[in-house]
Amino acid sequence: MGAGVLLEVENLRKHFGGILAVFDVGFTLRRGEFLGIIGPNGSGKTTLVNLISGFVRPDSGKVLYKGEDITGKRPYTIAGLGIARTFQMVRLFYNLPAFKNLIIPLSSSRVKRLRGGEYGERDDVAVDLLDDMGFERDSFVPYKLAGSLPHGYLKRLDLARAMALRPELLILDELFSGMAMSEVASTLPLIEKFHEEGLTIIMIEHRLKELFRVVDRVLVLNYGQKIAEGSPQEVMETEAVKKAYLGIDVEIK
Amino acid sequence: MAEAEARYREKRLDRGIKVRADTIYAISSYREIFYLVLPRAFPVFALLFLPIVLSSYWEKVLVYACVYGLLALSWDYLANCGLFSLGQAFFLGVGAYIAGALSYYLKLPIWMTIPIATLGGGVVCAAFLSPVVRLRGVYFAMVTLMLPLLLMKMIETTGIFGGTHGLSALQPFPKEWIGTYTVVVVFLACLFIFRRLINEDYGLVLRAIRDDDRAVMSAAINIYWRKTQALFVAGAVGGFAGAFITHHYQFVGMSVFALDYSILPVGAAALGGPGSFAGAALGSMILVPLSEALRALGGMRIAIYCAILVLSVIVLPEGIFHYIERKYHQFERLVRVG
Repeated sequence: MGAGVLLEVENLRKHFGGILAVFDVGFTLRRGEFLGIIGPNGSGKTTLVNLISGFVRPDSGKVLYKGEDITGKRPYTIAGLGIARTFQMVRLFYNLPAFKNLIIPLSSSRVKRLRGGEYGERDDVAVDLLDDMGFERDSFVPYKLAGSLPHGYLKRLDLARAMALRPELLILDELFSGMAMSEVASTLPLIEKFHEEGLTIIMIEHRLKELFRVVDRVLVLNYGQKIAEGSPQEVMETEAVKKAYLGIDVEIK
Repeated sequence: MAEAEARYREKRLDRGIKVRADTIYAISSYREIFYLVLPRAFPVFALLFLPIVLSSYWEKVLVYACVYGLLALSWDYLANCGLFSLGQAFFLGVGAYIAGALSYYLKLPIWMTIPIATLGGGVVCAAFLSPVVRLRGVYFAMVTLMLPLLLMKMIETTGIFGGTHGLSALQPFPKEWIGTYTVVVVFLACLFIFRRLINEDYGLVLRAIRDDDRAVMSAAINIYWRKTQALFVAGAVGGFAGAFITHHYQFVGMSVFALDYSILPVGAAALGGPGSFAGAALGSMILVPLSEALRALGGMRIAIYCAILVLSVIVLPEGIFHYIERKYHQFERLVRVG
């Protein structure tokens, strides 16, 4: 393991029935890096996230986090080690006020440990976190029922829920899906800020323009296999990627 | 025609009192204090006062209602974290047999057997059921339904703890009223503590596990450990109820694993309205006396009892308590339209 490597994924494989969802995918992520994962629908991106975050157990292969084997560990154990994720379909508690949604990660032993054994006033911490996410503290927004918030806010609330764990690796599963352009424009700087502050991020995204603006490296999946890896420009020049995205061999002028 | 009818419309409004903000306690008049305190104080005073006025027979019914009430609270506590139990008899039976065995074989005094059975019941229930906390919904319900039957058959065939004869001549409560007030006070304490706990951060996490366990797992919370803790609490409450009836009857036998103890608490919670504890408590305070009052009807008793249950669930699916609560916080007035 080289210095500064945070996450190593080796030959990860998972099939559901007769469908190979992820086939021998491997990559290395250095501390502080920003990795984008792209691919057409059904190419195994979300399964890959589920495999890393422990929601799905791989058939074979390994996930090493800080050199420790975390393959097949329980999701809460993996989250407790500092790998936080968001969900493509946000999973929130709509019958709770927005800020109360953050009480759940703030009640975890990880947060207790990081805060020096002191939980503190969780409600205050939660409102602070939401304030950072653009839920203005003095407005009604953080205190409204999550179910009454617009979609863009829900996505950011899900992001806040992940950030409440003070993660070292953040995995964003299609954070921007369903967001309006203006919402994307206001959320993207937040992600960039986290990255500048040293957070390692894996981002799955269909909006390539926004993704390419922020990531250092892109990994392309198709039918569960890694077909390209490299800088955004390199990757988009690759024949296999053009073929995967456009279906046929075409010249892109 | 339509104009004349539409001129007045009933308007429902929520009363504008915030009971308790996190930092502000603001109450403006005696009327409002009364409005807030009454629904909390009424059951307390009623239950403390009833044993004084009731005849010996109905006092026993009240004790029964409290025992079933404790089981219903224990059921509701598990339901709040997504564990649907059909085995309250298991919780009751474990506590009953622990208290019975300690009293019979070791001659421990009553003030030791009940606390030990309460804690022991919690530990045993958590230990027995923790392997299956990964099961959800009907699968968990099936396991809990089978456990009391399994223990019952074990006691019957091996003859341990007196086998089919049970353990008798156990130490009674020194005075009958001490026993009655013990169960009434524990029942009330349990109700108010649970209601408070479920609104704390701890309870919020429990309810979140019920709503979406994957989201809670992704927040680095070991949901299985939390569920095991919930099993301990529910088991301890059931264990106390069991230890109580052991000393109340001065006898413990296989009947403590009877299906009644599993089904009736669920019925009580369904009738009163699950999720709030007050509903479960109210439900058992209605169901048990109702069952006794119908005794005079002889053979038709069970049929009428079931009909009432079915009707109430159809007419008020949210539960009696939630209905009363909603109505209490609303007032209606006619407003002129147009």
